[in-house]
Amino acid sequence: MLSFIARRLALAIPTLVLVSLFTFSLQKLLPGDPVLALAGEERSPETLAMLRHKYHLDDPAPVQYLHWIGGVLHGDLGVSLKTEQPVTQMIGQKLPITVELAVLAMGIALLIGIPAGVIAAVRKGTATDLAANVVALAGISVPSFWLGVLMILLFAVKLHWLPASGFAPLWEDPLQNLRTLLMPSLVIGAALSASLMRHTRGAMLAVLRADYIRTARAKGLLSPAVILKHAFRNALVPIVTLVTLLFGELIGGAVLTEQVFTIPGFGKMIVDAVFTRDYAVVQGVVLCVACAFVGLNLLADVLYVLINPRMRASS
Amino acid sequence: MTKTTGLSLAALLLAAPLLGAHGAAAAPGLRIGLQEDPDFLDPARARSYVSRIVFASLCDKLIDTTPDLKFVPQLALSWTWSADNKTLTLKLRPGVTFQDGEPFDAEAVKFNLDRYRTMPESLRKSEIASIDHVDVVDPLTVNLVLKQPDAALVAQLTDRSGMMMAPKATATGNPTANPVCSGPFTFTERVAQDRIVLDRFANYWNAGAYHFDRVTFMPIPDTTVRLANLQSGGLDMIERMAATDVKTAQADPKLQVLSIPGLGFMTLEFNVTGDNAKTPLGQDKRVRQAFDLAIDRDALNGAVYEGRFTPGYQPFAPASPYHLEQPVPGRDVDKAKALLKAAGVTAPLTVKMTVANSTDAQQLGQVIQAMVAEAGFDLQLQTTEFATLLSQNGAGNFQTTMVAWSGRVDPDGNIHQFVTCKGGLNDMKYCNPEVDALLNGARGVTDPAERKAKYAAAMKIVEDDKPITYLDFEPRIFGATKALHGFVPHPDGMIRLQNVTLDK
Repeated sequence: MLSFIARRLALAIPTLVLVSLFTFSLQKLLPGDPVLALAGEERSPETLAMLRHKYHLDDPAPVQYLHWIGGVLHGDLGVSLKTEQPVTQMIGQKLPITVELAVLAMGIALLIGIPAGVIAAVRKGTATDLAANVVALAGISVPSFWLGVLMILLFAVKLHWLPASGFAPLWEDPLQNLRTLLMPSLVIGAALSASLMRHTRGAMLAVLRADYIRTARAKGLLSPAVILKHAFRNALVPIVTLVTLLFGELIGGAVLTEQVFTIPGFGKMIVDAVFTRDYAVVQGVVLCVACAFVGLNLLADVLYVLINPRMRASS
Repeated sequence: MTKTTGLSLAALLLAAPLLGAHGAAAAPGLRIGLQEDPDFLDPARARSYVSRIVFASLCDKLIDTTPDLKFVPQLALSWTWSADNKTLTLKLRPGVTFQDGEPFDAEAVKFNLDRYRTMPESLRKSEIASIDHVDVVDPLTVNLVLKQPDAALVAQLTDRSGMMMAPKATATGNPTANPVCSGPFTFTERVAQDRIVLDRFANYWNAGAYHFDRVTFMPIPDTTVRLANLQSGGLDMIERMAATDVKTAQADPKLQVLSIPGLGFMTLEFNVTGDNAKTPLGQDKRVRQAFDLAIDRDALNGAVYEGRFTPGYQPFAPASPYHLEQPVPGRDVDKAKALLKAAGVTAPLTVKMTVANSTDAQQLGQVIQAMVAEAGFDLQLQTTEFATLLSQNGAGNFQTTMVAWSGRVDPDGNIHQFVTCKGGLNDMKYCNPEVDALLNGARGVTDPAERKAKYAAAMKIVEDDKPITYLDFEPRIFGATKALHGFVPHPDGMIRLQNVTLDK
């Protein structure tokens, strides 16, 4: 197992280098000059030249990249062009916020998606199945920013139950923290639960058709035991894969949702950084997200082995 | 009781505190919603409009402006020009201290102006480039000795170039992370993209006029969400409310809308030099005049802004003493067609216009597209992301472009850099030595009437050559709870909290 993890981690290094190179090149291909975006209305030629020189933007692109990667190897992701705050520090401030949002949203998605998927599979073809499918389709189709604004209008403006936007840190005001994150995590969770429900249903249906389920039933086992112990555990492998993949969707959802609810997290940081061509911040955030993906994929592989004994031999 | 009812009851009990009182974090004092997150909170390096809104509470300036753009004392009690207009003498307010207790005096003024003039990262250099050196006459008198007369200098001292920071704290500390000024509120905390918190400065020279212990600025870029926060009680006040949101806010019995025509304006710029100007539009001023004549500014204002903007045809705001008393020309399609014919253009003439990808800019573009079509232009809109638009314009990659300017108090800042041959914002690459002579000349005289005459003469030439035309002045619209009293909107859009109160 350990050598398996070590091998996977070694393989991750070229992936991360490629990702960073790709992000860097994409940013260089983007039209728009970071210095002009930075200077705003103060764009006298001297100011532009000063800013360009200060942030090494007058170096050739390969030199800029090497400069950046050299910093990364020393744990330095550079500074934001907009505020001169170190990128590592910014990530340190924003990451916990988005992780909290992601965990809450994923929790909501799992709580809704998996039971709904299992029930829909067991009661295939009934009205319950149809209803679950319709709700799931709506969940996938409704854009999160629209649902977000709608919820703000209902719960904040009309009913005054929840704050319209903003954020309070967990350690300063736990209750307010939960209140500010409730709507955004519901918005993201709703979208995720929909795909989770559909995939759980599909996986469960495939397993429920298997011979050993019929055998288990024939042996007289009661339905709930068959479903949970025999069917669900085997349906979990594709679901675990999906949950890891959904984290990508989660970051995407966070980008939009954090904008709508003005949550000072990762998603909002990357959007602002792209608009102001804040190269160092975009690079740092993408590297961080890529690391998270590599880590989650590894976690999924480890989980497969734990769930499915047959995979233990091959690993 | 069934199991399900029990569970729902438990869930409700758990949720009760969650859904209790409305509003965002219970911060005392005044909460203001900003459209963006400010950049550096150091006046030397700040470049954004919103950072100036925060400075209005944090950093006093030497001179302030009134809603009708007259100059009034703040840290300087008086300012007088020498006979040759090359020395500006400032008499300073006595008994003023910075927020860390350091006294404010002539040495502090010299420190700040020298810092703005010489610090490598300073963005203020060009604003006060006319200053040759600063002489301390006595603790409360300072002379700004100029290289050449500069009529715009007093106006510069009403903005970031005139903001005074505590010399010791600024020289030894980190003014970007922890600015120390002499304004009514001191810097307490900043969480990027979330909030900036200022607390009352008890020893402020005019402390009696300020009634909040704390002011919190919260950046909320989405106009709908900013308004929703005001409606839900999460904010007490918001800046730059969208014109299209005014109706909603006015319909809310708990809210008030305060508005004033601003200094900012929208322009159409025509590329007149280079590869992209090799079209009838770039080569022949009659074609540009025809394009301009096809635009109905009143209809534009009605269609896009529900009539809340002020149609305009010049860069000098209605509130400015330099506003030219001339009517906004009406639409004349027949004359436009005749001009096109005289220029030998066969309609339809294809013209490309770049517009920013904001809703407003796109709508403006579409309405103009429909208007100029009737005169014989086939206007093709190229919607471009804002940072890209800026660099394309700077590189001359446009035929026509629509660009907004936030406006300056002094007329020089609204015209000189746009239309002088070497102007930093002259993306049209327009060059007319006569215009240069008039606008440079206007910098050299301090008599307002004489200056105004020069601006009027320059504008006459610019209107005829037409490298640029003006569409409207943007109002500064603020939304606030009805519990807020005493707020006076200014054309510069800054939030001055003097005498502002909030009912409990």
